[in-house]
Parts: sequence; structure tokens; C-alpha cells
Amino acid sequence: MKLAYWMYAGPAHIGTLRIASSFTNVHAIMHAPLGDDYFNVMRSMLERERDFTPVTASIVDRHVLARGSQEKVVENIRRKEQDEKSDLVIVTPTCTSSILQEDLQNFVDRASIESVGDVLLADVNHYRVNELQAADRTLEQIIRFYLERSELQKTTILQKTTEPSVNIIGLSTLGFHAQHDYRELKRLLNDLGIKVNLVIPDGCEVSTLKKLPQAWFNLVPYREIGLMTAKYLQKNFSMPYVSTTPIGMIDTATCIREIRHIVESVNPNKSNTNLTSHFESYIELQTRFVTNSTWFSRSIDCQNLTGKKAVVFGDATHAASVTKILARELGIRVICAGTYCRHDSDWFREQVQGFCDEVLITENHTHVADMISRTEPSAIFGTQMERHVGKRFDIPCGVISAPVHIQSFPLGYKPFIGYEGTNQIADLVYNSFTLGMEDHLLEFFGGHDTKSVALLNQIEENDLNWSEDGMKELQQIPGFVRGKVKRNTEKFAREQGITEITKQILYAAKEARGA
Amino acid sequence: MKTTTFVCETGNYHTFCPISCVAWLYQKIEDSFFLVIGTKTCGYFLQNALGVMIFAEPRYAMAELEEGDISGNLKDYLELKRLCLQIKQDRNPKVIVWIGTCTTDIIKTDLEGIAPRIETEIDIPIVVARANGLDHAFTQGEDTVLAAMVHRCPEESTEKNPAAHPPLVLFGSVPNTVVTQLNYELEQQGITVTGWLPASQYGELPALNKDVFACGVNPFLSRTATTITRRRNCTVIRAPFPIGPDGTRAWVESICDVFNISPIGLKEREDQIWKSVEDYLDIIRGKSVFFMGDNVFEIALARFLIRCGMIVYEIGIPYMDRRFQSSELDLLEKTCYEMGVPLPKIVEKPDNYQQLQRIRSLHPDLVITGMAHANPLEARGITTKWSVEFTFTQIHGFSNTREILELVSRPLRRNKALNASKEWFNFESNQELVLSNK
Repeated sequence: MKLAYWMYAGPAHIGTLRIASSFTNVHAIMHAPLGDDYFNVMRSMLERERDFTPVTASIVDRHVLARGSQEKVVENIRRKEQDEKSDLVIVTPTCTSSILQEDLQNFVDRASIESVGDVLLADVNHYRVNELQAADRTLEQIIRFYLERSELQKTTILQKTTEPSVNIIGLSTLGFHAQHDYRELKRLLNDLGIKVNLVIPDGCEVSTLKKLPQAWFNLVPYREIGLMTAKYLQKNFSMPYVSTTPIGMIDTATCIREIRHIVESVNPNKSNTNLTSHFESYIELQTRFVTNSTWFSRSIDCQNLTGKKAVVFGDATHAASVTKILARELGIRVICAGTYCRHDSDWFREQVQGFCDEVLITENHTHVADMISRTEPSAIFGTQMERHVGKRFDIPCGVISAPVHIQSFPLGYKPFIGYEGTNQIADLVYNSFTLGMEDHLLEFFGGHDTKSVALLNQIEENDLNWSEDGMKELQQIPGFVRGKVKRNTEKFAREQGITEITKQILYAAKEARGA
Repeated sequence: MKTTTFVCETGNYHTFCPISCVAWLYQKIEDSFFLVIGTKTCGYFLQNALGVMIFAEPRYAMAELEEGDISGNLKDYLELKRLCLQIKQDRNPKVIVWIGTCTTDIIKTDLEGIAPRIETEIDIPIVVARANGLDHAFTQGEDTVLAAMVHRCPEESTEKNPAAHPPLVLFGSVPNTVVTQLNYELEQQGITVTGWLPASQYGELPALNKDVFACGVNPFLSRTATTITRRRNCTVIRAPFPIGPDGTRAWVESICDVFNISPIGLKEREDQIWKSVEDYLDIIRGKSVFFMGDNVFEIALARFLIRCGMIVYEIGIPYMDRRFQSSELDLLEKTCYEMGVPLPKIVEKPDNYQQLQRIRSLHPDLVITGMAHANPLEARGITTKWSVEFTFTQIHGFSNTREILELVSRPLRRNKALNASKEWFNFESNQELVLSNK
């Protein structure tokens, strides 16, 4: 058992449901007790979804405990199939139902005999994988199921498209800015002359999956969902894939170059120099003139961000990308970069190596909060949880990764991916730090915060005494760094065995640690 | 008079998990700590359902079960003792409430057996409540916790009863301001409330014995009522619930009746409240309502809305205790008769899918429903009100009548505000879309 207040990634069935509800005309049935269908609320609330979420619970109640589900699950599958005319029904166990050890596969087999549509049992272990891993697996499971079938029926379309084309893999419901990213990605690929063959799972019909192999290659924009599918397609259909996330100027360019290599290798007849120069001039044009963030990072305004300290935490994809942007593209010092995707920690370390002072891999939000309080950055880039930690410590925070709440499902166009994404991220970063000139003026005039320091005193330990002049001096310090200076001074005083903090001590502390 | 029709459906409906009761109970019982012993699923629900509350250093946590706990490789006793010691050290609560979940129920963790051992070893009372989704819906979680707390109430009171009537204990968790308001209403009739279950401090639990009269304020407290009657031989007063001015008046009258007090000025008070909310009544009068059902407040709310002049098509409800709610049901029948409207159908354990078909054909003016259905219904031209808000708003007593009406009328007022610009959006042409499924 572990004492937990909060978690970054949800339970496994959430991942399965995210995949199922992303497809068109696919229904999920959860084998779950009353109240576990909370996914429907999240989807309806966060995404402000207009349609009913295609997820139903087959309720496990006291009767089911006593007699087993017997006909109940089968009946529910049949009924859903008739009511909704779904192409596919995915049955997913929950952590409660999985310990019942009912033979759900048997129910699924029985139901599929009479069903017109298909019925699958999600193959995920609730005690070993989290939401993201489960989503990755479920997507692969569905793709494998339909491609294996079309192989048998010899309906798979193996003939490549005449023009270069791509499958975008891993866009799903409740993904962080996923809808905006998709639009940006489509624009990018269109500019490069690459047709989008299929987007899976978002808005995809299972009947079209047999067309997957006709694309020249696959693109997996987020590491968390889609890599398993891309690897399966590579192994069985020799389809190459690109998994460099096109977030940030440099990685977007890298991603485009990887795409170029693949397009060249799939179609060696085409004049390589043409393609190369086309892609390269596109990158140059976009980088130098279309986006504003390259110029922004060289502008005087951004000079004030130089060497400012930041902390980054989130899922592997976003935390790695943002760390690299801060360090390479904006000249900000990342004191710590971290992720809660423990299963992908090796990749993460490798990505951020050289771009941050320290790496933190944890699923425990208190470890992240401790790290933030220890390193005292000027800004945090994290999840909803870090935003709240920032509020507690009075440090601004930009949200860059799930888990998020409804504010991070904006109505306006806010991609993270591609060239427009770099603009959005630059804005986010810039607005998170105190504005340069404002910063100077506050320091010069002693801040506009005239609230008494007495308030601060109430929450601090009382073994130290602030003399009158020490207090007066502390009040001169701008509000947004005052707490930090106070803590540092007190720490210093304790180390020195000083109990009364005077003006002099405050200065001594400042000199000792550059507070 | 025609009697009410009861229907029972499949139970495939959406509601909150009963562990959500920790959200309001930890705030109500200020020196408590709630430990939910369950899996990631429970934790995920709590952190999403309770939104920002999680960040205010809540006095609740998950004891998250891992694979070793499920397979029996770890000893529950040792694990729970370790966590409770940690809680004692970090928070030092006056009581720890263990919330058993579906998983502890299925793997048969003997929470009730382990708790007394750990309780003596760490010297903090441990109350065990099984608020799981196998047996209960949403607000019934509070019922399981309060029923467990009955056993912790002292047998005899330390203080002498100052009132001229036998001791009166009210049960049900309501915010402290509501406690004050309801106490006041009874004081007006010369009735002193001896205590509340729960009180805002664990140490202030009321004495329960055969002399005590008890009365519920929430309609989902049937288990608590039963426990009070059977284990402590108290007399539970059957009364409608103090929701709406009609309900509050009937509630006070029922209590007066038991103590042989003839109520003074209640009718005037009720009339005055009705008069003060006339502006709201104008908006909702003659409009129809459909309760999909998820929090057991439905009967009382429907009764109040019928008195307001609305027409109720269907009252969905997770669970219907006809004995505990008998007075409320009687009042509902009486209200329908007096208002000249047909008795609504009461649907226990509803089937949401079937309900959507009925909503499609009835096209009510307002559907009171969970968040899973609200946005999709709105997109199909059906006005909705999120039912959970009734659980998290002060709705009891005379003074909160406005609050209920504020909630009920809000979607209708919003529609009115937006309809002013309706032709501008040309919504009419979209009528085809209304209620088509896809």
C-alpha cells in the first residue's frame, strides 16, 4: 500500500477508453462497479463534447459478486451492438473487475458469435500499466486485429500511394492540445507535399484500417501513444516511422529532415537534390520569416531571460521538448527537468542530457514540489499540479503537459507542434517570467507591494527574531522575491547560529549566497 | 387519490462513486482524516471529481493498493498500521475514517477486524465505513459513514437535558450555517436540538439512547436511521425533508407533533418565503422537468418543484427506501393532488439509455442530470441542470429556498438571455439535429 493524494497518469482503463472513444463508431463497455464511468464526465466536461461518450458500464454489483456476471456482460454487449450499430465493441475490465477473474474473454467470444460488428477484450493489466501504456497497447491491439483479419481476407492495401503519404498515429481524445496539434501537423505535411493517409485513432473508422499500409511511412508525434503501433507496422509491413516530436524550432527541422530521408528512400527515382532543396528551403523560410520565435529569441526583450532559472516537469514528450526549447532556443537555464513517465525514463534522460543540471524521474508530486522549493526557479513549466505548487510558492507556472483541467482545453488555436507551436510556446514562456522592464523597475523602486511582512511571519517558524531594522529592510525587497530572500536569510542565520536578524545579517546572507 | 407508480430498471446509470462523500465529510468533521483504501481508479475519480479541493492540503488520502496487496503477499494489518502511524505523525487527527472500496470488498480485507487492533495500538479511533460502488450510489456514501459513527456515539449524555421535551438529535451532514438555521427554526417552536450527527468535531458526537428522538435531514440516510433505531433504540421521527419552504414547514410540524407542541407562525413563514421568490416562480411555472436520478434528493426536489408549479415527468432515483421516505412520498402525493397534476413515475435503478429515449419523446423543458449527459443533451436542444450542484449547494431550510430556485432557473434564464440573439445565429435551421443520435 502507498499513501497517495494525487497521481499524474490515470488507471489503465482510462487509456483504453481514450483510444476506444477516439475512433468513430466504436463503443466501449466497462466491466465496472457503479461510479467507475467517470470517464464520461471528463470527456463531456473537458472536451465540451457534443455527442454522448460511447462508453457504457456493465455494472458489477452485489448480485454479480454472488453469481458471477453470467449473461449480463454478453447481454450488454448485444444490446449496445443493436442500439448503436457499432463496428466494434471493446470490453474493458477495471481494476476492481480484474480481480474477480471472470472469464471475460469467454463472454466476448460468445457475444461475437451473434454480433454483426466485432468484439474485442482490451488486453491490459491494471496493476502493471498506467493510462498511457494502456492506450499505447490498446491502439496496437486494435490495429493488429484488423490488419491480421484483412491479411487473411487478402483485402489489405499494400500498394503504396503514388504521392508521398503518411499515417499520423496516436492522436486521441483528452490529449493535451491534440486537436490543435493535428491541424498544425496537417498544414506542415501539406506544405511539404505529403498527403495524410490515415489519422488514428482520432475520427478513424475501423473499416479503413486496411488502408494503413498504403502510406509511405508513419508519424508518431507523441511518444506516449502510438510507438507500439508504429513498431508493429514496421515489423510486419516494413513501414518506416518518424518519432521525433516536431515541437520547437530545432526538433521540427529534425523531424522534417527525417521525413525527407524516408521519402527519398521509399521513392529513389525522384531527383534527390530537388527534394532536399525543397525541404531545406521550406525549413529556412519557416524558421527565419514565417514564425516569430526565432527573431523573438534574438530580440532585446528576450535578453532578460538569459540565465533565468526554470524547472520543467510533465510527460516524457512535452517535458523533453520544452527543456530543449528553453535551453537551446531561448537561453534559459533549466535547473531540473523531470517526467512521470517512469517506463520511458532512459529515453528521457538521453534527450535532456546536456540541457539541464538535474533529471528527476518520479510519479510522486511531493517530490516535484520538494525539488521546486529547493531549487527556487523563476518559473515552472509543468502540469496542473505544478501550477498549484507554483501558486503556493509564488512562482509563475506555464502548463505544458497533461494532466490538465478545462483551462487547458482552449477554444482558440493553440498548437504546441510545428512552427505555429513555437510561437505559442515562446508566448507561454515569456509571459510566465516577470517581464524584463517590470522586473527592473520593481527592484529599483522597491516594488509595488506594500503588504506588511507580518503576514509572512505567521507561516514561518518562530525560532528566529527579526529586528526592526531588519524587517524594514526586508519590506524594501519586491514582493515576488521577498519570501525567497526571507527564507534564505533565515537559513543563513540558522547555519550561523544567529537568533536575531538585523539589516546586517540580511546583507551578509545575500552576500554569502547571492540571494 | 391515485398512488405513486414505482418502476425498477436495469441499473445502468451514471452517478458518482460513494467514496465522493469524503469530499464534504472531511470538511464537515474538522478534526477527522479520511483514508480511502482502494486502487488508482478510486484515486483518479477523487482527484478529478473534487477538482481544486485536492490542493488545499486535504485531510484525506488514498491507501493505494498495489499488486502485492491484491495477491496477499503483503499483510493488510502491517500496511494499514504503517500508513495510519504516518497520518498520525503528519496530521494528528482525532479520528481516522477508513473508507472500504469495491476492491477491499472483493478481496475481503477484514477492515472491521483490523481496525480495533490498530486503534488501540496507535491510540486514535478508527471508524470503518464500506462506501463501495457494489452496493451504494453517490450520497449513500455519507449514509455508510454516519451509520458507522452511530456506534461511536456515547450511550449517556454527560449534561442534563435542559429542554422540556425529550432530547432531539438531528442526523445528516450539512454546512454549519445550515445547522444554525435549522436549529433556529426549531427554537422558534420552543424545541432545543440536543446534538447533530455528525458534529463539526468528532468529540462532540451526540448521546444516543432509548430516550432520544432522532430526525433525518437528508433523504439518503436510511441505513443511519435503521442503525439508530435498532442499535440504540432511539425513536426516529418520520418527516418530509426540510427542502423548500413546504418541506421545511412539514419537517418542523412533524417534529412538533411528536413533542405535542402546536406550531406557531409556520404558515406565515412559509407564505412569506413563497412571496419572496415570486420572481423565480414566474420563470419556472408550467415548465416540465425530468430527473434522471443520481443523488437520492430527487423525491424531495420533485415535490418542491411541483409545489412551485412545475410538471415532473419522471423521477429517476438510484435507491428508494419507501419506509424512510414514507412521509416525503405522502407529501409528494398530497402536493400533486393539490396542484392538480398527475403523479410522476418513480424509476428506481434507472437505465440511462432508456431514459434518453423517453427524454427524446417527451422533450421536457429541463432535464436534471449528471455531467456525462448534460453537454450532449444541450447540443440536442434539451436544457439541462447538473444534478451534483444540488449536493454541493445549501438547499435546506426556509432561508435556502432561493438557492434551489437559483439553480433550477439558471439554465432557463441563460436560454432567455441567449434567445434574444437567436435569429442572429439562425438556430432554427438546426432543428433537424435536435435529438438525432448521431
